[in-house]
Amino acid sequence: MDIRDIRKVARLARLEMSEAELETMTRQLTSILNYVDQLQELDTSNVEPLAHPLPLQNVFRPDVPGESLSVEEALRNAPVRAGQFFAVPAVLDPADDLSH
Amino acid sequence: MSLIEKTALEIRELQNNGSVTAEEIAKQFLSQVKTHDGQIKAFLHIDPENILDQAKKIDEKRKQGKALGALAGIPVAIKDVLCCRGVPTTCGSKMLQNFVPPYDAFVIDRLKKADAILFGKTNMDEFAMGSSTENSAYFTTRNPWDTTRIPGGSSGGSAAAVAACEAPLALGTDTGGSIRQPAGLCGIVGIKPTYGRVSRFGLIAFASSLDQVGPFTHDVADAALLMEVISGHDAKDSTCVNVPVPSYLAQLDQPIKNLTIGVAKEFFGEGLDSEVESSIRSALKVYQSMGATIKEISLPHSKYSVAVYYLVATAEASSNLARYDGMHYGHRTAQKKDLISAYSNSRGEGFGKEVQRRIMLGSYALSSGYKDAYYLKALKVRRLIKNDFDKAFADCDVILGPTSPTAAFKIGEKADNPLAMYLSDIYTISCNLAGIAGMSIPCGFTKGGLPIGLQILAAPFEEEKMLRVARMFEKQTEYHQRRPKL
Repeated sequence: MDIRDIRKVARLARLEMSEAELETMTRQLTSILNYVDQLQELDTSNVEPLAHPLPLQNVFRPDVPGESLSVEEALRNAPVRAGQFFAVPAVLDPADDLSH
Repeated sequence: MSLIEKTALEIRELQNNGSVTAEEIAKQFLSQVKTHDGQIKAFLHIDPENILDQAKKIDEKRKQGKALGALAGIPVAIKDVLCCRGVPTTCGSKMLQNFVPPYDAFVIDRLKKADAILFGKTNMDEFAMGSSTENSAYFTTRNPWDTTRIPGGSSGGSAAAVAACEAPLALGTDTGGSIRQPAGLCGIVGIKPTYGRVSRFGLIAFASSLDQVGPFTHDVADAALLMEVISGHDAKDSTCVNVPVPSYLAQLDQPIKNLTIGVAKEFFGEGLDSEVESSIRSALKVYQSMGATIKEISLPHSKYSVAVYYLVATAEASSNLARYDGMHYGHRTAQKKDLISAYSNSRGEGFGKEVQRRIMLGSYALSSGYKDAYYLKALKVRRLIKNDFDKAFADCDVILGPTSPTAAFKIGEKADNPLAMYLSDIYTISCNLAGIAGMSIPCGFTKGGLPIGLQILAAPFEEEKMLRVARMFEKQTEYHQRRPKL
């Protein structure tokens, strides 16, 4: 793992980091990954992965309408609002570079 | 009469026989907070006026002869990861600095129905990621037994609040040890229930297949009481299992006959402090003196649990924390560029270092080309860890060992070394990975006066047995009666 991998992961995870932060992150994650590499010594070829401690399948309940939050309650924590809506930066503004 | 050092059940009795009112109780604990929380720093948010209002309502209800809940008039401190309607809920993060939830978590709803007094929100490592509260975006909580030391984490504020007698009961959450470790380091009782025993609705998610809510208390009877209130089925959490909740208090004083205790040699290896070890060995002798059989067992894959945990928990966290994008709630950057930068800057500014580190690790472990080597491999070893426990519980009732390898460490000691910090959870993590029940009870003190915790692990949904085993020890010892000098 090098700083280019870290820069790519930071972009995927939508985390803005300075060069200095990327360098520290590279060093710390390398050390953690070296530690977790001990898992490779185990032969797990015939082991089913366990994603969840409970043997759950789908859990269903009756489709009955219940109470919902009012518009006011739902908007109360909005960083920016415009009337009855959440205000967000333009998603499809042609001036935006969305290619990355 | 001073109430602050008493247990919830003692306070309840004094209220029932008319010796004290809920208002008097609230005033005494508020006064303890006022005097000592400047030093302990357990609370992020506390509203004395609101607390007194709640207490007066309980007194009024009692006066009118109305039926009262199991926790009537008893203050309960709440880890700031649990949503309380209309009360700031920050999760120890700048990201949620101004967040006020529009609904109550299931466990908060249960507390209200039990007529408990919601007694403020407690400090924690940001998004429950840490073992010391040093990752809180606000401040570090102090261990009431030695204020130069950490209280443990991530539920360090709740543990310190109970240990410092600022509240008789508290709720925390445990993803890899975040209730048991601080309970052990603060000399109190803490329970991580079986995965699915308690609803996670309204618990701000860290790692959804590992998180559970549980109690902090002075003794085992109070823990049984609080477990009865918060356990049970909730349709709003599809992983909350619909199995009946027994009365944990009813048989609590009945010892387990022919008790067989498993002792895993892997929990007594390198890194275990000698004072902690001798305290645990003495605890085992106490059980032997009551007729228990000690059986040496092996959990051969437990040494991999930290490695598995830091892949599974971070992978789940990277997905869970994707919701914080600064659009609907939470911190939004003031930088005005394109949409992607708005996300990245909001997250870069709102999340602290450890949270960013874990999102990065989890994103990497799930990314194309690495998922099989890291995430999937970890899930396979997780299966092996669970199989070890299934095998062990076929031969023994409970597994006993140390909660943590050392007593509370100094503030700053491990702050710059993430891996050393992760290894302080080495004995607690496998319980979450396997989804079993676990708790920590006080079992001794170091020569320097720091508490030591005994961990008791039990098979899924065996909380009743686990509590009775804990109670057997408590009745023979007095560690749970000690309180720190503040």
